[in-house]
Amino acid sequence: MNGIVQQQVGTEEAGLAEEPVIVRVSGVKKKYRDVTAVDHVDLEVRRGEFYTLLGPSGSGKTTTLRLIAGFEKPDQGLIELNGADVTKLPPYDRDINTVFQDYALFPHMSVAENVAYGLQTKGVPKDECKERVIEALRMVRLQNFGERKPAELSGGQRQRVGLARAIVNRPKVLLLDEPLGALDLKLRQEMQSELKRIQAEVKITFLYVTHDQEEALTMSDRIAIFNHGRIVQIGTPTDVYEKPADAFIASFVGTSNILHRHGKRFVLRPEKIRIAPLGQLFDEAGLHVEDGRILEAIYVGMFTRYVVALADGTEVTAVRQNFDRTTARFRDAAGTTVQVAWRPDNLFELQ
Amino acid sequence: METKFARIALAAWVIFVLAFLFVPIILIFVYAFNASNIQSWPIPGLSLRWFVSAWGNQEIRTALGLSLKAGVLATSIAVFLGSSAAFAVHRFDFFGKETVSFMVVLPIALPGIITGMALNSFFVFWGLGLSFWTIVIGHATFCIVIVYNNVIARLRRVPRSLEEASMDLGADAWQTFRRITLPMISTSLVAGALLAFALSFDEVIVTTFTAGAQNTLPLWIFGAIRLGQRLPEVNVVVLFVMSLTFLPVLLAYKLTNQAGPMVK
Repeated sequence: MNGIVQQQVGTEEAGLAEEPVIVRVSGVKKKYRDVTAVDHVDLEVRRGEFYTLLGPSGSGKTTTLRLIAGFEKPDQGLIELNGADVTKLPPYDRDINTVFQDYALFPHMSVAENVAYGLQTKGVPKDECKERVIEALRMVRLQNFGERKPAELSGGQRQRVGLARAIVNRPKVLLLDEPLGALDLKLRQEMQSELKRIQAEVKITFLYVTHDQEEALTMSDRIAIFNHGRIVQIGTPTDVYEKPADAFIASFVGTSNILHRHGKRFVLRPEKIRIAPLGQLFDEAGLHVEDGRILEAIYVGMFTRYVVALADGTEVTAVRQNFDRTTARFRDAAGTTVQVAWRPDNLFELQ
Repeated sequence: METKFARIALAAWVIFVLAFLFVPIILIFVYAFNASNIQSWPIPGLSLRWFVSAWGNQEIRTALGLSLKAGVLATSIAVFLGSSAAFAVHRFDFFGKETVSFMVVLPIALPGIITGMALNSFFVFWGLGLSFWTIVIGHATFCIVIVYNNVIARLRRVPRSLEEASMDLGADAWQTFRRITLPMISTSLVAGALLAFALSFDEVIVTTFTAGAQNTLPLWIFGAIRLGQRLPEVNVVVLFVMSLTFLPVLLAYKLTNQAGPMVK
């Protein structure tokens, strides 16, 4: 794939094409002993962007982030920050801050001392330092927690302190390494919108690492998808979901059905498949209709997930919103013959 | 389910083990207050006369001074070298790292008699007269291990991300060491130093081989008991040595436990 062409994908949709490139990673390679962690990675992050590195564990996304932070040095390639080459600079000489997955709060310092740490090392005057610490704690809604020790905080609060400690320095770029990974689902969802709110407020470029595709889709302006140390697709959330570049992306981002037709492979997302009892007509014209047999029906509350075997033996997953209240026993649905249908233009051909 | 009998038997066993360990020590403590100079049971009366006589004994005073000086010096050397070794082994990946780590710890596993003999023949070989300094060097060999073990155990519990976070926030390597790493390991350093001092203070075997004409306190006790002289004063000195080693050990124990789990 041509890296340069890919860089452009999505910037226009995200409304960022005019913004200058703030982080540029070109041809970066990193090996640990005989394992290649990052293999020729190119990416460009524009100012103000929420840019996500998404991939399974061991795909090189965290290593890429660590290379940008300066915790690791690349074997090859260039890392530029705001146009300047920072490849060989140590972390403390880069205008970048990091939010760590394990929070990495200093346990022997209070919350306020933690947040003030970066300002102190830069020699910011005491008064200004104090003001900025208060401001940062306010932003993460912890204004009354300054005196506490990290051990006295909950996981979600610690993560907020980690965030405050980073943004108080007003870095050019904020790196976030799976910052919500250790939180439970409810808290994670809260923090997701919190992060978006804070980003809008501080207008700092966010470079975000996650393995959670839903998190990536909800939060990002653009997503770079990693696999085996390489970037396999860069695009907006709708790009990578609706037009996955290959079968790996199709299955990693969301659930997908891969159909083989006329010697070609197509992606068909479960929510794009309509399902109806045999003989019942679909309420839309121009659908492609096939017969199938339900293998499994799983009630998920908001929707029901069906696994259907098509006439040619392909198993597809379809979801149907539960429009009405029901007491049906979905277990009994297995074996029922049905019709499935989709709009032909919802098939996306895989390269 | 444990039966009532099993519980009573277990309690009795624990009492027996504790008695086995501590009755001899208590016996010495009691004899230290003996009014008579003959050790017989029960003691005829209580008195502090042996404390007075031990305190007035110049031999004991010199030996105590030597023990304290040697202990402090050996501990200082151990704190410096032991923690340096711990940092090096923890932080850097170098050829022969495992070997170095093993060799640092080895002196504690070696019988004291071997360390003592080896040091003795080394000093003799180089024509270094046995002196106060050879005692210090002898003690430092095993004190280093104690400090090293304590510090490296703590370092392994400090997440690497703390140092990275510090560097990320603009602190260079030295600032990071001073403001993050050192405070994180300080209790282990103190605990290691206290244990090392306690070990040095009551060491006999290595000291026997590395001391010249000097007597440390344990050596004086050893000599006095062998000659069967001044036994009442020995009891007093033992009481004193016990207290002086017990306190640092207790303190070290508290410090290592207090640190608790690192904040994740």
